[in-house]
Amino acid sequence: MLKVTDLNCYYGAIHAIKGISLEVSEGEIVALIGSNGAGKSTTLRTISGLMKPKTGVINYDGEDISGIPAHKIVGKGLVQVPEGRHVFANLTVLENLELGAYLRKDKEGVARDLRDVFDKFPRLAERKNQISGTLSGGEQQMLAMGRALMSKPKLLLLDEPSMGLAPLLVREIFDIIKEINQDGTTVLLVEQNANMALSIADKAYVLETGRITLSGTAKELAASDEVRKAYLGG
Amino acid sequence: MNVVHKQDLKIFIACAVLYAVIQGLICLEIIDPFWELNIVMICINIILAVSLNLINGYTGQFSIGHAGFMAVGAYMGAVVTMMWEYPFALGIVLATVAAGVLGALIGLPTLRLNGDYLCIATLGLGEIIRICILNIEYVGGASGLMGIPRETTFTNVFWIMIVIVFFIKNFKNSAYGRCCLAIRENEIAADTMGINTTKYKVMAFTLGAAFAGTAGCMFSHYFFIAHPASFTFMRSFDVLTMVVLGGLGSMTGSIVGAMLLTFLSAALSDFPEWRMIIYSITMIVLMLYRPQGLFGNEELSKEMFGRLLGKGK
Repeated sequence: MLKVTDLNCYYGAIHAIKGISLEVSEGEIVALIGSNGAGKSTTLRTISGLMKPKTGVINYDGEDISGIPAHKIVGKGLVQVPEGRHVFANLTVLENLELGAYLRKDKEGVARDLRDVFDKFPRLAERKNQISGTLSGGEQQMLAMGRALMSKPKLLLLDEPSMGLAPLLVREIFDIIKEINQDGTTVLLVEQNANMALSIADKAYVLETGRITLSGTAKELAASDEVRKAYLGG
Repeated sequence: MNVVHKQDLKIFIACAVLYAVIQGLICLEIIDPFWELNIVMICINIILAVSLNLINGYTGQFSIGHAGFMAVGAYMGAVVTMMWEYPFALGIVLATVAAGVLGALIGLPTLRLNGDYLCIATLGLGEIIRICILNIEYVGGASGLMGIPRETTFTNVFWIMIVIVFFIKNFKNSAYGRCCLAIRENEIAADTMGINTTKYKVMAFTLGAAFAGTAGCMFSHYFFIAHPASFTFMRSFDVLTMVVLGGLGSMTGSIVGAMLLTFLSAALSDFPEWRMIIYSITMIVLMLYRPQGLFGNEELSKEMFGRLLGKGK
């Protein structure tokens, strides 16, 4: 579904992504793990079009999308939940979700998806009319994810969904990610919390200073000594 | 589509009454020429303030080069009516279009910047426009363009102002306007929701610049003269002050800000040495006690009065 080949990105003179290749097949959850500054978010931002790659091919559904602006990529069903949540803080929860369906014209489908989102995130339903800037961090993460679901993604890119959340909430968020995947959405997940990410992923890539150093099924990686030492705490 | 709402109609009638009262007072010479001039200035400043509010308040792009677009409108209008001897109406249209086109041309490259950088870029661009005009002999260079016919009257400036205010109000409530608001709230989120952020930023910038051009044209046709010194960055700041004072993102705020500051500076014209001091103190006090501006980003409404009264109890 998504095939990235030999991707290179620069921030000015800094070579942030050094020839990354990865593949996501339909129906999978793929995790991209690694420490701070490894280039995980940059990879994701490049795939979703928020950044332009220097070289490399991003093939999505048989089409090269590298260099196409973000707002057009969204229309193709590739939707990112940006890091740090980025909700529209002065709008209500409901308005945020409605904005998620900005590109859609099928009113009935939108209404149905809104019900689905409220089913998945009952807390958002309770707080439908609350100004979203006053939500807790976890609720804002749920809102950002719910908003992305409103645009009916085929491939959902999640950037650090666990960032700054309490362990219990992290569990909840990851359960929901799994649920979203079971409903038929492919997920590419960037995470520092390698333990959590590997527990729900089918496949994973380990990123270190702009290079992929390891890859394999999530089970293999969770069992590998290198990964355990570096990311899973022994 | 329902173009005219009932609410709008009421406001429109109120405007017509306001117009009739002021025009009546001018005819009866109860309002002397000095205050008439200031009322015209208030109208022009309202146009400038609401158009800048469209860029700074609704779309969240901090532009401080508004005087530049005003200058383009002022000169374009003057060239059309004075040199080419076409009617004033055409002058207004061409002034608006010229400023708008320039706004789009400038907006495309600069709106990639944000925050402080955009601020500095627009400040520079405003000055570049002024310096360019200063060096064009055709429009009088440094001595300015004199002998422009006085075509601006209270009547036409008032109604043009009303039309522009309504236009921007409707723009804000349209799908386009909501995209602009989304960009102000969070550009990255707007982008990942499929909103073409560049397009809407340039759209808001172009419209804002175009109306500044209209204001410029009304300005030069009231004061007989278009002079580069009238369009320095000080004027951009004046307009920005009105918008910030009223509350960024509040249309009624911009209108009240423009009225208040124009009135204040006119009322203090007898004490020129005190004028800037009182002006500055007003700003400092306001920023201390209401940093979000008089109305924040809300609109003046019955509810607002209700809350104020409720607080007073």
